[in-house]
Amino acid sequence: MSGVRVLVGTKKGAFILTADGKRDKWQVEGPLFGGWEIYHMKGSQVDPNRIYASQSSGWFGQVVHRSDDGGKSWQTVGNEFVYEGTTGTHQWYDGTPHPWEFTRVWHFEPSPTEVDTVYAGVEDAAIFRSQDGGQTWHELSGLRLHNTGSSWQPGAGGLCLHSIVLNPNDADRIFVAISAAGAFRTDDGGKTWLPINQGLRSDYIPDPNAEVGHCVHHIAHHPANPQVLYMQKHWDVMRSDNAGDSWYEISGNLPTDFGFVIDVHAHDPQTVYVVPIKSDSEHYPPEGKLRVYRTTNGGYEWEALSNGLPQRDCYVNVLRDAMAVDKLDPCGIYFGTTGGELYGSADNGDNWTPIVSTLPKILSVEVQTLP
Amino acid sequence: MIRVIIPHHLRNLAGTGAEVALEVDGVVTRAALLDALEGRYPVLRGTIRDRVSGERRPFLRFFACKEDLSHEPPDTPLPEAVVRGDEPYYIIGAIAGG
Repeated sequence: MSGVRVLVGTKKGAFILTADGKRDKWQVEGPLFGGWEIYHMKGSQVDPNRIYASQSSGWFGQVVHRSDDGGKSWQTVGNEFVYEGTTGTHQWYDGTPHPWEFTRVWHFEPSPTEVDTVYAGVEDAAIFRSQDGGQTWHELSGLRLHNTGSSWQPGAGGLCLHSIVLNPNDADRIFVAISAAGAFRTDDGGKTWLPINQGLRSDYIPDPNAEVGHCVHHIAHHPANPQVLYMQKHWDVMRSDNAGDSWYEISGNLPTDFGFVIDVHAHDPQTVYVVPIKSDSEHYPPEGKLRVYRTTNGGYEWEALSNGLPQRDCYVNVLRDAMAVDKLDPCGIYFGTTGGELYGSADNGDNWTPIVSTLPKILSVEVQTLP
Repeated sequence: MIRVIIPHHLRNLAGTGAEVALEVDGVVTRAALLDALEGRYPVLRGTIRDRVSGERRPFLRFFACKEDLSHEPPDTPLPEAVVRGDEPYYIIGAIAGG
């Protein structure tokens, strides 16, 4: 029977949870890298034993680890993230120019076809690519050097490139999202980039319809339908049917359209999940009830999924990279909270179970479906 | 031999104990000592000094002989007691909690 491996990055280390295809009994391993912040871990689709981990701390900086045996052992790989060419400046919080400074890796995205190719989204916002399994990193500098780059401004979490979406059929097409610059697309393998924010409206910036400056929290797509993108923006849940050329709002009947995560069902490109959060001033679920919302028709109409989730006194958040889906049937959905709870559903989100309840603050959740 | 005490997380990263003994060629300065440390444990590159600027990372300090040497220029010779190996050179992570 096939199984799943859930990769959990937390404020104080990494955890790896495994289960067979029933997904009802879990083994928890960790903490790995105890005491370090693990912003993200992600495994390769080409070789599930290949996993990357982004380990960082305010004291000691960034360390990238790689495992080639499914997380049993780890080795440090390359940590030279050097901006190419003119470093330049972006806007600081007070509007003054601030030089680009590398801080950490927020997100790894392994290639779906090349085992040694992996992308890294970093703070201050840039995308790097490694073609040797993480030993060396090279910036795709056309993004940072875009003519709007000097106007990009950090969100509260920093000027971070947190979302990377690869097209399974076209290696030259990549989508990224940056807080708080917006979404961008390349169609030439990263040489040139196009802001794809038409249709986004953000009332917290001077021009609500600006080309850049939108605080995109996360983007996702289904590999079978890569023209369709879903976005959880700071406020508003959005959809694009033309690879980001334009967006329209699909918040519909959500109790609030603020939130961080968004993900797509493994087998149905029209089924999407979000976790509404009350507001940008109150980063917790409305009414103290933790609810995942699901649409099965691509937006507008959302249903609350609460079976097994706390429905009183719950004031946690779910961060932007802290939801993932497995590829089993029925599809499994997983998300982690800032309170250290990891919830899982083995039936498309209908019912939820706390898999672990006392981890450190969860920063990211990824899942691998194992043969 | 120069004795260097490194903080918990860097011990784990480098796979060492608390104290590392190093041979340092020439005048023993902080820069030379860190070059030798990073030469033996390449994984520590960037964890003590910024990779680009070479500056001390902000939350780390350097102590020796009951003195805070963090603000000394990196090419200042270290105290004789450190050079002789009588006293260790401490790399300290800033205390934080809550």
